[in-house]
Amino acid sequence: MMQIDEIQRRLLREVADLHKVPEGAYNIRANGAAVGRVSTANIEITPKENASGIDIRIKPGTKNESVHIPVVMTQSGLKELVYNDFYIGEDCDVVIVAGCGIDNCGPHDSEHDGIHRFFVGKGAKVKYVEKHYGSGSGSGKRILNPGTEVYMEEDSSMEMEMVQIKGVDDTNRTTTAELKKGAKLIVKERLMTHGDQRAISTYLVDLNGDGASADVVSRSVARDNSYQKFDAKLVGNEACSGHTECDSIIMDKGRILAVPGLEANSVDAALVHEAAIGKIAGDQIIKLMTLGLTEAEAEEQIINGFLRN
Amino acid sequence: MLELKNITFNVKSDDTDKEIIRGISLTIPDEKLVVVTGPNGGGKSTLARLIAGIEKPTDGRIILYGEDITDMSITDRARKGIGFAFQQPVKFKGIQVFDLIKLAKGTNISISDACQYLSAVGLCARDYINREVNSSLSGGELKRIEIATVLAKASRLSVFDEPEAGIDLWSFQNLIEVFEGMRKNIAGSSILIISHQERILNIADEIIVIKDGEVAAQGKRDEILPTLTGTPSATKECSRLTASVGGAAL
Repeated sequence: MMQIDEIQRRLLREVADLHKVPEGAYNIRANGAAVGRVSTANIEITPKENASGIDIRIKPGTKNESVHIPVVMTQSGLKELVYNDFYIGEDCDVVIVAGCGIDNCGPHDSEHDGIHRFFVGKGAKVKYVEKHYGSGSGSGKRILNPGTEVYMEEDSSMEMEMVQIKGVDDTNRTTTAELKKGAKLIVKERLMTHGDQRAISTYLVDLNGDGASADVVSRSVARDNSYQKFDAKLVGNEACSGHTECDSIIMDKGRILAVPGLEANSVDAALVHEAAIGKIAGDQIIKLMTLGLTEAEAEEQIINGFLRN
Repeated sequence: MLELKNITFNVKSDDTDKEIIRGISLTIPDEKLVVVTGPNGGGKSTLARLIAGIEKPTDGRIILYGEDITDMSITDRARKGIGFAFQQPVKFKGIQVFDLIKLAKGTNISISDACQYLSAVGLCARDYINREVNSSLSGGELKRIEIATVLAKASRLSVFDEPEAGIDLWSFQNLIEVFEGMRKNIAGSSILIISHQERILNIADEIIVIKDGEVAAQGKRDEILPTLTGTPSATKECSRLTASVGGAAL
């Protein structure tokens, strides 16, 4: 494989399920530099000329191919801002796996700010998976600020799975999407914060065409002294449908602010939001205790299930 | 064998103690199916919850196979061999039927092992094993999955709190068969069912009638059942189901 160390290898396993060199196109970034890059006949990855980052161009009609673009950081104090642009041709059906793992054993903050822009062609189908993970015992923080912009042409669909379960101290995630006629966006966010972590997630989805639909669902757990803010706004400008859901468990002294927002600018826009925050239901714990689990084991099972994709 | 010795249970209501259970003593013998019946509000479900450890008695002792379990947690009692099926099965988010059966069994079982327990309660295992235990399942389905978890746990004493509550006629027929099957395979264990159903009372070895927090009658089925027939303690499933469909209280 490429020149990476054992810790980086572990981070790659966490964020991209990578146990070896991935099949298909990939770009692996470690400590601010590309350590491996492969394009394929249909997927071309090129570095940006004027900024840090890459362009990923997927030819129209590309089916059942995947792109992996994980980032790992093990150097304490490294801060980077990276722009990655994805141009997905018409009628593609592809899987894109991103993700960032930071291991910070030093005293300085490590920060990765990734700006991802997706231009999804007419009729194309994309599955996007992004996992965030942090480890390391240093006093420096592990900071991730992902910005995602999605531009969806007619009848395209995109499913985004964004997971941050462990070890990231500070996150400010912003996701915006613009959907044309018949486009369909599904977002599944899974988040767990602990310690003194803070996570902010903001969505703004514009439904600009007839038949466009969006479903933004967040399931999160805030433990210890952590804080989360989920701010999801859907704007319906045509005959469209949208649904946002924030379903959260709070434990210990965790705090969560859910700010669902709906704006209908067309009489045919059907928009729904749901938000629920609360501690683990006592009867769920009791049921699992009657099966022989301790209270702590029961809580763990309930949270694992709750955060399962 | 489970022994309850002079169990009382009070709850605070408007600053006064209300007695729910008043000095109940009884024994659930080995390899017997015992049905506890009696009018609503008489304390039957409370008794079941006291045995499982979900409630703690105000006074009295609970002895399981010679060991005093009165002060034990729900977990410890479960590990000592008490299984408990809830009257209202608990719903989860994300936890699947397979997870629950695996947790009940306590070992890392295969999907085909888990399927046996679903088949035993009349569910087509393939259709249910990966379903989430949530509101997408009907009351009857949840109830059968609840019973499957207790079967999988294979406890020395299995307690079922009104297994017939909230299920439809078709499911009820199946439920009776499940309990008949359990009765046949009772070797090495005991079963306690809280129920009003005549057909469940019919398969009991012993019947205990609880009324106003006390044991009103207790004995072998043939002695007790004739005194109950036609009373609310032993109703036929059809009349009760018709009543529940009509919206009347059970």
